[in-house]
Amino acid sequence: MGRKLLLEHINVPGINTFDVYRSKGGYAAVEKALKTLTPDEIVEEVKKSGLRGRGGAGFPTGMKWSFLAKPEGKARYLVCNGDESEPGTFKDRYLMTYIPHLLIEGMIISSFALGANVSYIYVRGEMMPQIRILEKAIAEAKAKGFLGKNILGTGYDLELYVQPGGGAYICGEETALIESLEGKRGNPRIKPPFPAIAGLWGCPTVVNNVESIAAVVPIIRDGGEEYAKIGIGRSTGTKLISAGGNLVKPGIYEIDLGLPVEEFLYSDEYCGGIANGKRLKAVVAGGSSVPILPANLFLKTAALAPRLMSYESLSDGGFATGTMMGSGGFIAFDEDQCIVRNTWNFTRFYHHESCGQCSPCREGTGWMEKVLHRLEYGHGKMSDMDLLVDVSKKIEGNTICPLGDAAAWPVASAIRHFRDEFEWHVTNPSAALAGNFGLAHYADPLPAPEPVA
Amino acid sequence: MKVTIDGISIEVPDGTSILNAARMIGGDIVPPAMCYYSKLQGSGGKCRTCLVKVSKGSEKDPRPMPKLVASCRTTVMDGMEVQNITSPEVVEARKGIVEMLLLNHPLDCPICDQAGECDLQNLGFEHGAAKTRYEFDRRTFEKIDIGDKIQLHMTRCILCYRCVFTADQITDHRIHGILNRGDHSEISTYIHAAVDNDFSGNVIDVCPVGALTDKTFRFKNRVWFTKPVDAHRDCDHEKCNGKVTLWYKGEDVLRVTARKDVYGEVEEFICNTCRFDKKKTSDWVIEGPRKISHHSVISSNHYETLIPLPVVKTNPLLVEANKEQFERQTRL
Repeated sequence: MGRKLLLEHINVPGINTFDVYRSKGGYAAVEKALKTLTPDEIVEEVKKSGLRGRGGAGFPTGMKWSFLAKPEGKARYLVCNGDESEPGTFKDRYLMTYIPHLLIEGMIISSFALGANVSYIYVRGEMMPQIRILEKAIAEAKAKGFLGKNILGTGYDLELYVQPGGGAYICGEETALIESLEGKRGNPRIKPPFPAIAGLWGCPTVVNNVESIAAVVPIIRDGGEEYAKIGIGRSTGTKLISAGGNLVKPGIYEIDLGLPVEEFLYSDEYCGGIANGKRLKAVVAGGSSVPILPANLFLKTAALAPRLMSYESLSDGGFATGTMMGSGGFIAFDEDQCIVRNTWNFTRFYHHESCGQCSPCREGTGWMEKVLHRLEYGHGKMSDMDLLVDVSKKIEGNTICPLGDAAAWPVASAIRHFRDEFEWHVTNPSAALAGNFGLAHYADPLPAPEPVA
Repeated sequence: MKVTIDGISIEVPDGTSILNAARMIGGDIVPPAMCYYSKLQGSGGKCRTCLVKVSKGSEKDPRPMPKLVASCRTTVMDGMEVQNITSPEVVEARKGIVEMLLLNHPLDCPICDQAGECDLQNLGFEHGAAKTRYEFDRRTFEKIDIGDKIQLHMTRCILCYRCVFTADQITDHRIHGILNRGDHSEISTYIHAAVDNDFSGNVIDVCPVGALTDKTFRFKNRVWFTKPVDAHRDCDHEKCNGKVTLWYKGEDVLRVTARKDVYGEVEEFICNTCRFDKKKTSDWVIEGPRKISHHSVISSNHYETLIPLPVVKTNPLLVEANKEQFERQTRL
């Protein structure tokens, strides 16, 4: 059983209030940071911890912070990205609902480290209850002197604001988020310049995921080296996984990175296996935009090593046989699920959420959706699979922001691994409408890797 | 700053974009641009037709860039090496982009006023496939009148945002923007508010396709049957110099536009009075016939413009990479 860092006190009644949170050792990290550490020391601590961004890309947080430009006479901003909208991911919502003070504590430390006097938490528009919870928590913290002017008598000022978004997936992309925060249409900006140079209102800005900021609290409380002891290789610390799909116990789990996926999936401490005694067919490991993997490739890498829940192990084998950690939206599919329908569903989402700024994504996502819809409803052709792969290739890498890639990867990977299921939809359209392809060979043991000559 | 594009080197000032550096060289190596407009700040980066491959980042950091980059929004670095038409990857990607741009475009060129001077038509001709692989209904919109002089046919729009930038930067107040998102996005003036502004007519000129058309010219004639003539008048509008192109059919001025350069960009924006109200020869001082690029169908039968471009003729690398194009252009 791994140590819990973020969700240690999650079951304490009233942990969402300031007093209970404080009595459980909350805000101790703020006191430590503001009174005994300099901003540079905090950044150094976060660098030492090896914390990687929890929003999906996995970029080292300490590195991101050290890239922040620090011109004289210009304000700097920290923006917390709470626009969690990836299908399959719901960890940030959970954190903000049940333990809002952890996020606020992290925001204070991070803002201090970056020298920001005004920070924002950008929360997705659909999460209105969470916005109210956060605003209440901010008011409590302010009343106790942890926010506002001269925090804890250290002379550091910080104002924290919660900004509701309009409910667009694209506003989770950092430059689109900044545009939206400025009150404009949430279109991603063309980079460079990166937000670390010119972000919010042209000032240097850091945008971090909710979980990354929350993870700063245990790092400062216990020290970066202590944090780095958890985990494996370059994947340090703990990660919240939003487990969903056909599992016995779906929910939020805090795992030590490096946990074997088999243990995560089948042990009673975590997901407890596949619901209703079914067998596992496929897994989307990190939210809808990462490549989908069949059960056999997910549990073992192509080299037959057991796969671990870590950034490196999940991406082992590249896009051919691997996937990505993403934002930790773990979706398990049992043998009764139709991969074609699921792929169509994902594509429908990306079609709906494309901002329409650059042409490959605007037109390509709609095209893929229509072709997949046709396949799912029994009007497909054999050439459609190649068409889909070709369209996804034309989108991937040619767009302004990563939404194009995110739309292309699930389609390309589904066809790569489940091509016979797609073909079955074409050859047996009436059977495909009534039933589904079943487990087929997707859980069969992998062939032994060919010896390297 | 020294930059090499498809093997041709040029010295450019600091801060120049790859696209502008390519335009300084000229010829076939200039990437096509559907959304970039040098006179509009912030334009570009959206249509992705100008994607190029940076095979060497700079003298200091020679690593190639991992993805294709939009040449209109990427500034050159000293010693940068760029591949445009010499990179099969770029050619392939561009073909994909053109296909995407044409997916929801109605291809109603035979009844479109823009036909003959349409950037998308030229682009499709140069880079597109003869047949589409798209087998679904295209998105359609109702036609909208923006004021009494401009018509918006959103179905043809490729969402380049040029008119939005024009409305923002050239006209006095903005009542023109984008609604919705994804492929439902549409250019709109909220609640069909009329664009009633001295400079609003310029959105017609910046539109690369036939989405915004001049209602005083709609269905009057095909552009290749009209004769472009440069003219000027003493315009009393403080921002307008009155330098225009008149499009004649016989003795009649059918329409007035700003003067467009070889990349389809206007030289100077003109006011609505010049554009819509002065349609008599007596209003103007005639300067002479306007030369239109030989790429354009408007120049058909004008053989004096049909000279192979020096860059193509002298650069063996380009000749090899773009043989088909070369043959088409040097055939006489």
